Amino acid sequence: MKRRLPLAICFIMGLVMIVQFFIPHPTSLAFSSVIYKWIIVLMAFALVLAIGNLIRHHGEKIRRRKEDWPYSIVTLAGMVAMAAIGLTWGIASDSLYQKIFLNVMAPLGGTMFALLAYYMASAAYRAFRARSLEATLLLVSAFIVMIGFMPFGQYLHPRFPAFAEWIMTVPNMASQRGILLGVAFGSIATALKIILGIERSWLGGKD
Amino acid sequence: MRVLTLLMFLAHCLPVPLSPCLIVSLSPRLPVSPSPGAPAVVSAFDRPNDAGSVIQLRWSLSPDDASIDGYAVLRRARDDTAYTKIGSTMRGVTVFEDEGVQDGVPYEYIVASLRDGAMFHSEPSAPAMSYPQFFHKGRINVLLCIVAFTLLLAYFVVKARTGKDLFIRKIAGLAAVEEAVGRATEMGKPILYVPGLGDIDWTATIASMNILGEVARKIARYDSALIVPNRWSVTYTVSKEVVKEAFVAEGSPDKFKEEYVRYVTEAQFGFAAAINGIMTREKPATNFFIGRFWAESLIMAETGAQTGAFQIAGTDSVLQLPFFVSACDYTLMGEELYAASAYLSREPVLLGSLKAQDYGKLAVLLVLFGISLTSFFGVNLLPVLRVQ
Repeated sequence: MKRRLPLAICFIMGLVMIVQFFIPHPTSLAFSSVIYKWIIVLMAFALVLAIGNLIRHHGEKIRRRKEDWPYSIVTLAGMVAMAAIGLTWGIASDSLYQKIFLNVMAPLGGTMFALLAYYMASAAYRAFRARSLEATLLLVSAFIVMIGFMPFGQYLHPRFPAFAEWIMTVPNMASQRGILLGVAFGSIATALKIILGIERSWLGGKD
Repeated sequence: MRVLTLLMFLAHCLPVPLSPCLIVSLSPRLPVSPSPGAPAVVSAFDRPNDAGSVIQLRWSLSPDDASIDGYAVLRRARDDTAYTKIGSTMRGVTVFEDEGVQDGVPYEYIVASLRDGAMFHSEPSAPAMSYPQFFHKGRINVLLCIVAFTLLLAYFVVKARTGKDLFIRKIAGLAAVEEAVGRATEMGKPILYVPGLGDIDWTATIASMNILGEVARKIARYDSALIVPNRWSVTYTVSKEVVKEAFVAEGSPDKFKEEYVRYVTEAQFGFAAAINGIMTREKPATNFFIGRFWAESLIMAETGAQTGAFQIAGTDSVLQLPFFVSACDYTLMGEELYAASAYLSREPVLLGSLKAQDYGKLAVLLVLFGISLTSFFGVNLLPVLRVQ
């Protein structure tokens, strides 16, 4: 019963939502809207559980004085402060909540994003070490594309930009489409397997 | 009639287009303007495959389309006495959708060319009414594909159940999972499993949950530690259940710890920062990055590489694949992500479904090849495939 109920719910709801996709009638759209509202309610319940987990995890770290436990105080203090500020003064565009978000959270996010440039350099160094035929091909094509898309490229050879463009639009696009085709079928197969109850890994596997 | 002529004269003198209130006062039997510039053949019909309340209009361009300001659309219900302006378009446009109609009520339309505030009316259209449809005919091709693929899937699943041996090529990234878990056990360090940054409505996240189930079973068997950080509350609850069920399925529910599965934050780079923190503080022996990733993929994978962890990544995001390939030991590309659960569990039924995927791809490739071939002979079959 513990297995059958989730499988039955999954099958029925999956089937109903597939059928709904083919029915444009207002009743069908209203039903779909109700389902999406249910999802929001479910997400709210899940958020309570998630926040409970966050508090428990960091509370435990602080209590046991685990490594770097002061960061847990910052995490919990930040969460409580933002929730209190948002609930007390609202989250309008000129509110304190938005000011903190735009002046603290956004720059911090931007800083993390900026690190990407340095990580790209180290990853490129590793990827471009020509240790195999594939890596050599990667290195050569990356060199052509980079030079081709720079204004400097056409001075090296007038056909450089066109060749770089060809690499991007023909071999690169062909391989991307090949991957996307596989992804599309994989997505459909995964959805069908779960709806039909063939895939049960999410329930701990076979029976 | 004189009143109407006077009104039309005034309308011609106005520097701006007629306001709806003025149009309402016009007679329902508008005479067709003899002046040049009026559009011809206005046809009105229910918009197909919708929930109703919309009528589509089409007309032929005015012969003086290049010199007019645009077109005004006027409407009246059959029982109304006057036409009301309901919208306007730029010149060169021949279609309009009236989204404010009542289902089951017949409406007539006229389209007028606008020039210097004056209107040159077309003949009224035949009455048209909107109604909701029960089946989206534009999606028949999708339905047929789903039915065909489901039948293919059922065929191979049944075939696999009969015990027929199905060949599945070796996927290096998945073959290394056992080694990755064993390595962490030997080193006495945890395994980090990041189920992507997509919410549970991403198929890649669902596929990741299936793989997590298999990986968690191995971890339960080897008695290793696990860390599963989550960006979304729903993925947190799902991954917690998946890991718990895997430990139960392996007969060791007592080994499952609440701290294995964690909720972190919804902020994209906040999440990336938290993962980097976990990798540098707790030094996991193995990192799995499996699911949907965006710009943060390289930040996490490169940090993991710098900590010396054994890394297996898998995503269906084509743009992030190169980053994972360069920073991880093994990468599951696209469909391999969806094949992972079957590959790891080795369940015949799931392996059968992989065969169905392969044959589905073959069928699509043949269709694409056929369409390309017919296009050489000037036959365009693409509209047949177009999904509405």
